[in-house]
Amino acid sequence: MKNMKYLLLRRVTQIGLLVLYFGANTYGWNILAGTFGSSLLFGTIPLADPYTTLQVLATGFVLGADVLLGALIITFFYFVVGGRAFCAWVCPINMVTDLANWLRRKLNLDKEEVNYRFLKRNARYWIMVLGLIVSAIVGIAAFEVLSPITIMQRGIIFGFGMGFAVVVAIFLFDLFGIKNGWCGHLCPLGATYSLIGKASLIRVNHNHEACTNCMACKVVCPENHVLYMVNKESIMVTDGECTNCGRCIDVCNDDALNFSIRNYFKEK
Amino acid sequence: MENSNNRRKFFTMTLQSVGLTALGGLLWSGYSHEVKASPLVLRPPGAIKESDFLSACIKCGLCAEACQNRKTNIDKETGKAREGTLIMAKGGDSKLIGTPYFIPTEVPCFMCEDIPCVPVCPSGALDFASLANEKQELDINKARMGLAVIHKESCIAFWGIQCDACYRACPLLDEAITLEYQKNERTGKHAYLLPIVHDNICTGCGLCEQACVTEKPAIFVLPREVSMGKAGDHYVKGWDKKDQERVKDAKSQETTTERSKESASDYLNSGGEYR
Amino acid sequence: MALNRRDFLKSAAAASAAGAVGIAVPSTLQASADEAQKDWRWDKAACRFCGTGCGIMLATKGGKIVAVKGDPEAPVNRGLNCIKGYFNAKIMYGADRLKTPLLRMNDKGEFDKHGEFKPISWQRAFDEMEFHAKKALKASGPEGVAVFASGQYTVMEGYAAQKMMKAGFRSNAIDPNARHCMASAVVGFYQTFGIDEPSGCYDDIELTDTVVSWGSNMAEMHPILWSRVTDRKLSAPDKVKIINLSTYRHRTSDLADEEIIFSPNTDLALWNYIAREIVMRDDAEKIIDWDFVKKHIVFASQPVNTGYGLRREGEKSLKEGKYSAKEMEIVSKEMSKVVSSKEAPALAPFGYKEGDVMKHEVPMVDGKPNPLKHWEISFEEYKKFLEPYTADYVTKISKGNPDESDEEFKRKIQLMADLYIEKGRKVVSFWTMGMNQHTRGTWVNTLSYNVHFMLNKQAKPGSGAFSLTGQPSACGTAREVGTFCHRLPSDMMVENPDHRKIYENALKVPEGTINPVGVQHIMKIHRDIEDGLVKFAWVNVCNPYQDSASAEHWIKAAREMDNFIVTSDGYPGISAKVSDLVLPSAMLYEKWGAYGNAERRTQHWRQQVLPVGDAMSDTWQWIEFSKRFTVKDLWGEQAPSGPRKEALPSVIEQAKKMGYNENTTMYEILYANEKAKSYKLDANDMVQKGYDNSESLGDSRNVKGSDGEVFKGYGFFIHKYLFEEYADFTRGHGHDLAPFDVYHKVRGLRWPVVDGKETQWRFNAKYDPYAKKEAKEGEEFAFYGKLAKALKQGDLKGITDKEGQPKPLPNKAKIFARPYMDPPEMPDEEYDTWLCTGRVLEHWHSGTMTMRVPELYKAVPEALCYMHPEDAKTKGLQQGGLCWVESRRGKVKARVETRGRNRPSRGLVFVPWFDEKVFINKVCLDATCPMSKQTDYKKCAVKIYKA
Repeated sequence: MKNMKYLLLRRVTQIGLLVLYFGANTYGWNILAGTFGSSLLFGTIPLADPYTTLQVLATGFVLGADVLLGALIITFFYFVVGGRAFCAWVCPINMVTDLANWLRRKLNLDKEEVNYRFLKRNARYWIMVLGLIVSAIVGIAAFEVLSPITIMQRGIIFGFGMGFAVVVAIFLFDLFGIKNGWCGHLCPLGATYSLIGKASLIRVNHNHEACTNCMACKVVCPENHVLYMVNKESIMVTDGECTNCGRCIDVCNDDALNFSIRNYFKEK
Repeated sequence: MENSNNRRKFFTMTLQSVGLTALGGLLWSGYSHEVKASPLVLRPPGAIKESDFLSACIKCGLCAEACQNRKTNIDKETGKAREGTLIMAKGGDSKLIGTPYFIPTEVPCFMCEDIPCVPVCPSGALDFASLANEKQELDINKARMGLAVIHKESCIAFWGIQCDACYRACPLLDEAITLEYQKNERTGKHAYLLPIVHDNICTGCGLCEQACVTEKPAIFVLPREVSMGKAGDHYVKGWDKKDQERVKDAKSQETTTERSKESASDYLNSGGEYR
Repeated sequence: MALNRRDFLKSAAAASAAGAVGIAVPSTLQASADEAQKDWRWDKAACRFCGTGCGIMLATKGGKIVAVKGDPEAPVNRGLNCIKGYFNAKIMYGADRLKTPLLRMNDKGEFDKHGEFKPISWQRAFDEMEFHAKKALKASGPEGVAVFASGQYTVMEGYAAQKMMKAGFRSNAIDPNARHCMASAVVGFYQTFGIDEPSGCYDDIELTDTVVSWGSNMAEMHPILWSRVTDRKLSAPDKVKIINLSTYRHRTSDLADEEIIFSPNTDLALWNYIAREIVMRDDAEKIIDWDFVKKHIVFASQPVNTGYGLRREGEKSLKEGKYSAKEMEIVSKEMSKVVSSKEAPALAPFGYKEGDVMKHEVPMVDGKPNPLKHWEISFEEYKKFLEPYTADYVTKISKGNPDESDEEFKRKIQLMADLYIEKGRKVVSFWTMGMNQHTRGTWVNTLSYNVHFMLNKQAKPGSGAFSLTGQPSACGTAREVGTFCHRLPSDMMVENPDHRKIYENALKVPEGTINPVGVQHIMKIHRDIEDGLVKFAWVNVCNPYQDSASAEHWIKAAREMDNFIVTSDGYPGISAKVSDLVLPSAMLYEKWGAYGNAERRTQHWRQQVLPVGDAMSDTWQWIEFSKRFTVKDLWGEQAPSGPRKEALPSVIEQAKKMGYNENTTMYEILYANEKAKSYKLDANDMVQKGYDNSESLGDSRNVKGSDGEVFKGYGFFIHKYLFEEYADFTRGHGHDLAPFDVYHKVRGLRWPVVDGKETQWRFNAKYDPYAKKEAKEGEEFAFYGKLAKALKQGDLKGITDKEGQPKPLPNKAKIFARPYMDPPEMPDEEYDTWLCTGRVLEHWHSGTMTMRVPELYKAVPEALCYMHPEDAKTKGLQQGGLCWVESRRGKVKARVETRGRNRPSRGLVFVPWFDEKVFINKVCLDATCPMSKQTDYKKCAVKIYKA
């Protein structure tokens, strides 16, 4: 079980959060209510998704202070725990895409990867910007119309309806289409968190001395370009696209990868 | 050679990226525009103007949760929460996904006195201030979720049948819906008791629509923008002092019709016959 | 004939096109067009819901009723109905209709009181009923077999049930739910006029200038009549005045010129206030029509210490401790009570003062208990009695809205009195349950006539006090057929030996068969079950386990004691749930029927469709049941039992002399006799032609009957027989009904129908042939009722001339001196709120039918607790939130409504009773009017708190 530690912890966190949200609606619990777009912690502390907030602001609507404060809290939080920790530890779509990824490996679909010439990993940043532009033009938070993340979460809390199809589509896309297609290429939310994460504090540290160059970490990593240093040098994974999922730590038999706190002074 | 190839390749790829982004953006805009084009949706109390609401709503569902879990929504027997009024639009609902709305025939708004759904709204899509009375207390009677409209031909009260189910279901009974009495000349001894909706009081809660006993309700709530006409500044009730207030911002305007679009001199100088 | 859709369309199109250009259509083509429309049949019927008696038309197609419309030719409603009326058909087709008998059984298939309901055959059902009825007869005699009867019986069903009970079982323990709805009005009619049923009719509405509604929410409960009142108001808005008196604001106030909210029970004081105004101002203003009063009226008084119809000391269940200490606080008032400051002034003329202990007892007449005892007094005595009802006193005790000023209340009651008094102004007083469901219901009913009589505004076109009926045939069946414990058909009484003889002779049963003790009224049947006397009870067309107050007791008694309860119904309700055997009944238009409405209008209909499943009509069930009992089984000597202190003699020998033998069945005597067989079935008779008759002919369902064989019908026209035999009792006695066939041609007729003509205003010689016959030269009226028309003389307090003979009072009516008195339970510190119950427009009674119509269910899905917003606030309750409504007897949870259709003043809540999930009758008190035995559902004390 040792090599499942972070995976299990993440699933517990993801499902636990969903249970709290679900309970808030169904049983009236007062711990974590709302959805990722905006939530209320213990009935008092507002939380809001930064990208959603940006989209609403882009529409030109002057948002309530609660949302702005909530977005600041969330931004600060992920600045501390690692920007894309949201993607690996909170986002329910992560479970869908992880499953697709796992099946891909089991079914050997990886071997026959389709080459989508234009779909680079940086597409998500284009989409992120585009989302804000479209929001401004159309006057509604544009990504929220499509976002499988909130569709899935609302689906779990309030019922899915046809929204289920979006989740299935993501699953199929990641399974038969591009590896890490959604999270690694398209998701503008992930892109936002990547930007926040560029400076975040909790990071994976690579110890070159202990590494046996088995490359197990690169196989499981959903953003494996961030592990460019493996077998090269002992530095932290500072790329914002790292989701701090900890899978690489789980699978490393050599204790060459571990979480640690970023030390800006040392970096300089 | 190598360099220029690379440069051309880079140029082409950038162009393609931009082009595809623009295409994606267009599609995305078009789609977004379509999904918000649902004018027949009823929003929670205090909802701001629909076009602003669509921008403002952050789709968090806190209002729907508050509605579902309001103290007055407990089932008598099970002690658990009943179905709430507010629904979070799902894929396939033909409403902007993730926004709250309600369908009166399924569950109408019960007009809770404490209006639990509004104070929880973090974004301002549900406007607290619009529901506050002079004492700065929440007053659900100020909600304007929609306006009940009666289709006279299918309303059985207009046939002379003794119904007024909507009237009795109205939380602002005898104010938002009143009965107008008319003689039934056909029978010679019965009266029509006709429900009349008053738009200055009706909150659009939909309790009337839910109570209506016809197969498809003959009284139904529509968003106020849809169901209300506007007499305009030209018509003023001469017998009603208050109505003058309504047109206090009236301005004098120059008017143009097909007949008047030509200038006077052009008109006078045109045409052979009179030359 | 097989005609497919294409053929039909072609031929119909051809026929109509040909018709349009005037071509003679080839007869084959014409015939097939008719054929296609032949299965679409319209026929008339009467509405099932409420006592208004609206006419409807039913369209039948493919063996189902597919459409309902108001009957445009019906004089009551002229094609209009209220919303319930349109669902008369839909109500028969709910998903959970009972389709087969169900018995509580164990795994071995034996009856088990605590087993699960499982389907059985009709044969098995009657086997069980026979076994348990015979067991009950053995244990308790005739008094041990009881029937919860109904004001929703058709005339034929009621008569069939009454015959078997009274003449067959020799049991008078048959009493209808109409006891809960009309009994006070009935006793009021008897005591005042000597004969049942109103003098006026609905035509008064169009003719009157003033409508005063006393405890009647006509706007919701009699919507069609209300629309007529509205029309009258619109016709002359300045002249026509409408006053609504009620204990809480309801929709009838909308149209009213004045609304008078009074404190529960003080309607007695309000009537007496008007009477006092009339009498005290008479000298100056010459108000009383002395000519009329001297010719037609006597004054009367009665004991006032008669209790509240609760259980009395010494009754078995009280001794066994089945009533809690809390309940006993109120039950003890049945024995004695302390005169309160509120009622003391009103009781002073009767010799009571505040603080006196009033001992309650049943009055005795000729050595027999008689709660109806009264005697004649002088006008001076009556005047003395009215003295206390000054505006000050009446305002003090009657004002029902604490937020209204005394002056305002005084202004309103003064105005009301002036409208009554105004010379030449016609006045109608309408009432329903507010005055009937009342611990002094009979009293307050008679007080209404006092006022109308003194002003000579009774039994005249446009004027009169008129009791509106709740149920479709409370008048036509329960009262006129006499499915009450104390009654026989057409105003005859069980206790009258002459009446019994007439009945016995007409039925061709031996003289002495009928049991002379008829006191097991509906509450008494419940109590007798609890006491263990009644061991077999059959529920017909009603829901007594939901509609009786103190419900917890009766449910417990049914479920936990050694007895057998049978319920016949269309749908499963509370009564079926507490039963041991459930029988599926044919509903509404699945049988031939007739109803009689509040204005004495009798209306008939034909069987429109076959019943669903194996359901059969209640008439059939009674007749099949009668096959199981012989002369030997029922007509032997019966030892004293329960209320009957003397043995019933054996009539078997007489029966033999009449040509019966010991083994002759009740079926042969009461139903399939020679007279019955003379009513022939005839496929060419215009009345019968083309219509089903499941009882007489059997039907295509081939239901296996009580003997396990396919039921093939009785072979004669059973409904016509039952109706005609009953109608014979009415003819020549002022209740005259027309022949059966006539009713199938007209939209109902108001009895007495004499020489083919109906009667609009009874007792008025101008309109009523009986009054014309009885009235002396120069007299306009004759109150020709025969009951209690000889009185001893006395003063307010009692009979003074004890030895004197009763003075006969032919053709006279009575004015009674009946004071305001407190009800037994009033709000106090702990139970601080009045509870009033009632109906809503959308639902009929206990909701067994209307709660199954999606449209009506949706409109009003649950019963709410209507209260004043201030009360809700002080009790910490939220609009729409849940509260407990708790009395000394039980509690229910309901949703708070502070802005609904009913708007009580502070201190009173209203909860409707249609919703079995808000079982408000667990909270209500089973106090009754001691004269009429009608339960007071309109007032008891409760506390309300957050749930």
